[in-house]
Amino acid sequence: MSNAPSSAMKTIKATARIGDIRAFAGFGAVSVGCLIFLYAPIVFLAAYSFNDGRSVSRWSGFSFRWYATVFGNENIQTAALNSVIIAIIAATVSTLLALGAAVATVNRRASGGEAAYLVLTFPLMVPEIVTAVASLVFFVAIGISLGFVTILMAHIVFCIPFAYLPIKARLEGLDASLPAAAADLYASPARAFARITLPLLVPGLLSGWLLAFIISLDDFIITALVAGPGATTLPLHIYGMLRLGMTPEVNAISTLMLGASTVLVLVSALIGKIGHKH
Amino acid sequence: MRTSASLSISRSSERMQGSTEKSRFRDARQDTIAAEVKGLSKVYNAGSARPYEALKNFHLSIHANEFFTLLGPSGCGKTTLLRILGGFETLSAGTCTIFGQDVSRLPPEARPVNTVFQQYALFPHMTVRRNIAFGLEMLGIARAETERTVERMLELVHMTEYADRKPETMSGGQRQRVALARALAPRPKLLLLDEPLSALDLKLRQKMRLELKALQRETGITFIFVTHDQEEALAMSDRIAVIDQGRLQQVGTPEEIYEHPESRFVADFIGESNLLDARVSGLIGGEATLTVEGFADIRTSIEWPLVVGQIVSLSIRPERLVMREAGKEACSGTARVVARTYLGNAVEYHLMAGSQTLTARAPRGGLRGLLDFAPGDEVGVGFEPGSIKVLLS
Repeated sequence: MSNAPSSAMKTIKATARIGDIRAFAGFGAVSVGCLIFLYAPIVFLAAYSFNDGRSVSRWSGFSFRWYATVFGNENIQTAALNSVIIAIIAATVSTLLALGAAVATVNRRASGGEAAYLVLTFPLMVPEIVTAVASLVFFVAIGISLGFVTILMAHIVFCIPFAYLPIKARLEGLDASLPAAAADLYASPARAFARITLPLLVPGLLSGWLLAFIISLDDFIITALVAGPGATTLPLHIYGMLRLGMTPEVNAISTLMLGASTVLVLVSALIGKIGHKH
Repeated sequence: MRTSASLSISRSSERMQGSTEKSRFRDARQDTIAAEVKGLSKVYNAGSARPYEALKNFHLSIHANEFFTLLGPSGCGKTTLLRILGGFETLSAGTCTIFGQDVSRLPPEARPVNTVFQQYALFPHMTVRRNIAFGLEMLGIARAETERTVERMLELVHMTEYADRKPETMSGGQRQRVALARALAPRPKLLLLDEPLSALDLKLRQKMRLELKALQRETGITFIFVTHDQEEALAMSDRIAVIDQGRLQQVGTPEEIYEHPESRFVADFIGESNLLDARVSGLIGGEATLTVEGFADIRTSIEWPLVVGQIVSLSIRPERLVMREAGKEACSGTARVVARTYLGNAVEYHLMAGSQTLTARAPRGGLRGLLDFAPGDEVGVGFEPGSIKVLLS
């Protein structure tokens, strides 16, 4: 009797040891190597944004001068404003469209549900350059002049699958008996959606929106092809600056963008955590 | 006590009279039909290669004010029937009426019916109070009246102190009570309960049985309760419908169902039953003589037409099988004890009589509980008068 629990404990411990990746030789070294490879360039970039000199590889003292340059540069400000406006509109519109798509396809057994799911998520697997060229050719073919509007349209379209996935996941996790209970308690389908489904989808909507926002904010390839001569976004502007020569100003903009997206990701994770409790 | 294989006719007619009297009383009180299904069928995947008929030509009437239970093994169609009544499932054929109104094609929100879901389906983003108020709000009831009703419901299910909590912070039993209050608040004409006790532990389940029954009496609302637990059904119901493989097997009071099963399935499913194969060897007047291998012939009154030579099943409850010391008293047969199981309040014996296995259960410390047998003992077996039911095989 008394040794039964202890032997069960032993089995659990043994299983844990077998499944534990730390048991492999060299695990520690490989993981440290990977972390350095991932983060060293970023740390380096951020550090040199505070360099006093013009070099991005030789340290000559601490200063905020490149940040001052960035904030004083009207072109950068215009590009950044464009990027943020495009990202906000693209994220909002694509999230709304993705919400509709998710609600329509949540029951995959419904006619065409599976096909709709594949059609919606397939763009994630298409090489971005293909989407970029296709968008460009399409806009030229139908005669829309390239500029702010074409960037916006392209961003809305490629953001849809990114917004769709978290909403869809959240919707699938919802207890199907909740809308049924609402209907049972005399709520019409529209009111059941507004009062029950939509509030419970909020965490999925927020993370879908944030994902779409970040994807839109740092897109380069598609934007570069459909931007045309006039319009520019922050990634396009940074690329343009690089062609004129590397200065810590580029480091400063990049560090600012890094800070902004880190905050967004943290907020998104926090929302996910709160949403998970429900 | 005398052991006899023949049934006393007077006793059985006495009982018949008793039950008619009782049902007349019930009819006077509950002559309104709360829900009725006629010729109801439900076919899943109709038109496909493998259609599945969940309900087959179903007829059922449920009286107003009744605690009515749909009982059957899982997959028998009882939940499908409940979902059809609630409007969550369409019906393939037949009609479904609630207090005279044909609701066959109405969506759930247009039916005067509320449901307690198996996993309660409480709205996780709302407090207990808002959950209970939801149905009233959707009906457009004035705010002041809604608040009053919610308070009354909270008191009814003893949840007043939890009114501002969210469902996720509560135990299964508490959620159960909230689900009940939420479904009762709009005063539905029918309350549908889909195995609401199955997620609770045994102690709580037994307590909730009593509470549910009391709640039904207090509110006067017709309850339709789905369960696969026969003990639950017997304990709570005014009437039970036993369902198997999409077909209605029997409808009756718990006593009728337990004491007078009409089919082998009902006898086997409700409680435990010894089922013996027998042959009709003679018919005289209202009595039949039945031959069972290893036993003296049994004489019993006939409830349905039989013919000589017909093979039937005999059903007898373990607690009504009498064991005697072999050879000392006249018995209808002998058997050997195969196993003895101590159950606390009773002892169960597994017996072999010829090629047939029997189960007998004797209460401990009862008037006759002094006899005890061990595996290997030869015993005499008798049947209590009135304990044998003839079932068509």
